[in-house]
Amino acid sequence: MAIKKVLLEKDHVEGIRYYETYRREGGYRSVEKAFKMSPADIVEEVKKSGLRGRGGAGFPTGMKWSFIAKPEGVPRHLVCNADESEPGTFKDRYLMEFIPHLLIEGLIVSSYALGSNTTYIYIRGEYAWIVDILEQAIAEAKNNGWLGKNIVGSGFDCEIYVQRGAGAYICGEETALIESLEGKRGNPRIKPPFPAVKGVWERPTVVNNVETLAAVVPIINMGGEEYAKIGVGRSTGTKLISACGNINNPGVYEIDMTISVEEFIFSDEYCGGIPNGKRLKACIPGGSSVPILPANLLLKTAKGEQRMMNYESLSDGGFATGTMMGSGGFIVFDEDQCVVRHTLTLARFYRHESCGQCSPCREGTGWMEKILKNIEYGKGKMSDIDLLWDIQSKIEGNTICPLGDAAAWPVAAAIRHFRDEFEWHVLNPDEAQT
Amino acid sequence: MVKFSEEKLKEVSELISHYPEGKQKSALLPLLHIAQEEFGNWLDVPVMDYVAELLNIEPIEVYEVATFYSMYNLKPVGKYMFEVCQTGPCMLRGSDDIIAYIEEKLGIKPGETTPDGMFTLKTVECLGACGYAPMMQLGKHYREHLTKEKVDRLIEECRTNANSLN
Ligand SMILES: NC(=O)C1=CN([C@@H]2O[C@H](COP(=O)(O)OP(=O)(O)OC[C@H]3O[C@@H](n4cnc5c(N)ncnc54)[C@H](O)[C@@H]3O)[C@@H](O)[C@H]2O)C=CC1
Ligand SMILES: Cc1cc2nc3c(=O)[nH]c(=O)nc-3n(C[C@H](O)[C@H](O)[C@H](O)COP(=O)(O)O)c2cc1C
Ligand code: SF4
Ligand code: FES
Repeated sequence: MAIKKVLLEKDHVEGIRYYETYRREGGYRSVEKAFKMSPADIVEEVKKSGLRGRGGAGFPTGMKWSFIAKPEGVPRHLVCNADESEPGTFKDRYLMEFIPHLLIEGLIVSSYALGSNTTYIYIRGEYAWIVDILEQAIAEAKNNGWLGKNIVGSGFDCEIYVQRGAGAYICGEETALIESLEGKRGNPRIKPPFPAVKGVWERPTVVNNVETLAAVVPIINMGGEEYAKIGVGRSTGTKLISACGNINNPGVYEIDMTISVEEFIFSDEYCGGIPNGKRLKACIPGGSSVPILPANLLLKTAKGEQRMMNYESLSDGGFATGTMMGSGGFIVFDEDQCVVRHTLTLARFYRHESCGQCSPCREGTGWMEKILKNIEYGKGKMSDIDLLWDIQSKIEGNTICPLGDAAAWPVAAAIRHFRDEFEWHVLNPDEAQT
Repeated sequence: MVKFSEEKLKEVSELISHYPEGKQKSALLPLLHIAQEEFGNWLDVPVMDYVAELLNIEPIEVYEVATFYSMYNLKPVGKYMFEVCQTGPCMLRGSDDIIAYIEEKLGIKPGETTPDGMFTLKTVECLGACGYAPMMQLGKHYREHLTKEKVDRLIEECRTNANSLN
């Protein structure tokens, strides 16, 4: 079934990366429309759309915008989070690389709605060539009057600057991102105060994901109510999913959140099934921080209902039998893959990326990696599995930012659903990796 | 002597103009990228001190940042740095084999540089290219869907480029 695409509808139009083509295809209409509305009306449309933050936490965007403090005489800022570093996630990159003007357009409308005259795109440092693409798009937009002073006669001024990070997953966490934008180490701040009250240079700041801000374009074009008709329940609109691992067609897909997980994995329109006739073993559907599920619980919920690709269905069953939508980084495992080894790479990742401020995260991630390494390399004991469980449970909820939780959950889920695999490693040290 | 050209200095003042008055420290990360590119692909202490001077901040503020972020090199690296992703999704598509193959081809381990100063091998964590795995970063660009043959060709390419530069 063909679905309604509102973000990637034009991604294959030749030359869509450049202003002329983008404009010819209807680009920047939402800016023209927005300037006929008041900023408050735009916030209202976004509220009506039901749009939820696409960075992973799923917080309602319109509500967040309405929380922004407006102290007299203090500038406010919009910051676009393009740090995209969650293993399995590469959707924002696709959008920026192929339709950069969609993001710029969304940023102009959102900046107007929030009263941000200076807006920043904080992009992970490794996406160096995308910085050039964005800067070119910004220059084109500016040359055509969509940025700068008194944009298309509206009286609204706005500049967009691209800021490059330098290799640190933690800088995707919004308060770490703000610290980094201020030229410091990426150490997360304690929330509250939320950035909406005290953000960059202590000014009210809204941080939103690339995909969230791009979605503002179709919301304004079609109206919040129309947008909310796409999808189901509180999962309104479309979602970009980056699919990877053992599938025939890895890539970025726009889905309308009414399709089932089974259809997404096996239909040729999406992942196209598992290569070499192998069987589906497991999947991490929302980026490395969300729980892994074995095939049976992935395709059907514990209640026996078909599991769907939306926020509610993916989290059905809580952490006992469910998982999360997260950032939409969809990682598929075929039957030959080793869950212990994969979990070890994730533990190493989180140890490497911990900023080191909180002891449960700093020490705990290191211990988890070490124990997992022992198990994987045939030097583990049965009691190590319980120890691992114990450590992860003590990190969760005891840290400044959710990186600690993000490190704990994959380990917990791997043990919960694949304990036999951990035990097999302990019992068969001779067959272990060397 | 550590000093930017006039042209680079213009770029620096343009950068500083992106931030409010007195918040020039915000230019630190981008400035370190520029400095690293200009001064031999790593950040020696005099380079960091120069950056501190340009931004009118304490040298320690620069060291703090340079040591936090993985893209800043604090010691010399080879002319070509192969930064191969080793995180889960790439592992599922065979990154372990690619890393082993490069180790064998170049005779170095991750973190090491070939004696001729040509290649550095580095293992890195997820670069946002999981669907195009296995992959590596080489300079400004990504090299994706790596195979052994592709690695062979890349090494050749680098050697040829290096020769034509000399
Ligand atoms: N896209 C990626 O590469 C990655 C995404 N993530 C995702 O990040 C999520 C965690 O992010 P957090 O920002 O810590 O979640 P959070 O739930 O604390 O916040 C979500 C957003 O809502 C805002 N917010 C929440 N309550 C508010 C209030 N009362 N007033 C004003 N604003 C409010 C926050 O400022 C933030 O922008 C995880 O669920 C994970 O899926 C994690 C790692 C990487
Ligand atoms: C460790 C960590 C890393 C994160 N990385 C990203 C990221 O790369 N991109 C992103 O948009 N949000 C990331 N987030 C979530 C942000 O803190 C924040 O919720 C998000 O940018 C808000 O935008 P949204 O409401 O549009 O989703 C991360 C959170 C944590 C805890
Ligand atoms: S939980 Fe980890 S990453 Fe987050 S602030 Fe604490 S130490 Fe830093
Ligand atoms: S895991 Fe290698 S690029 Fe994401």
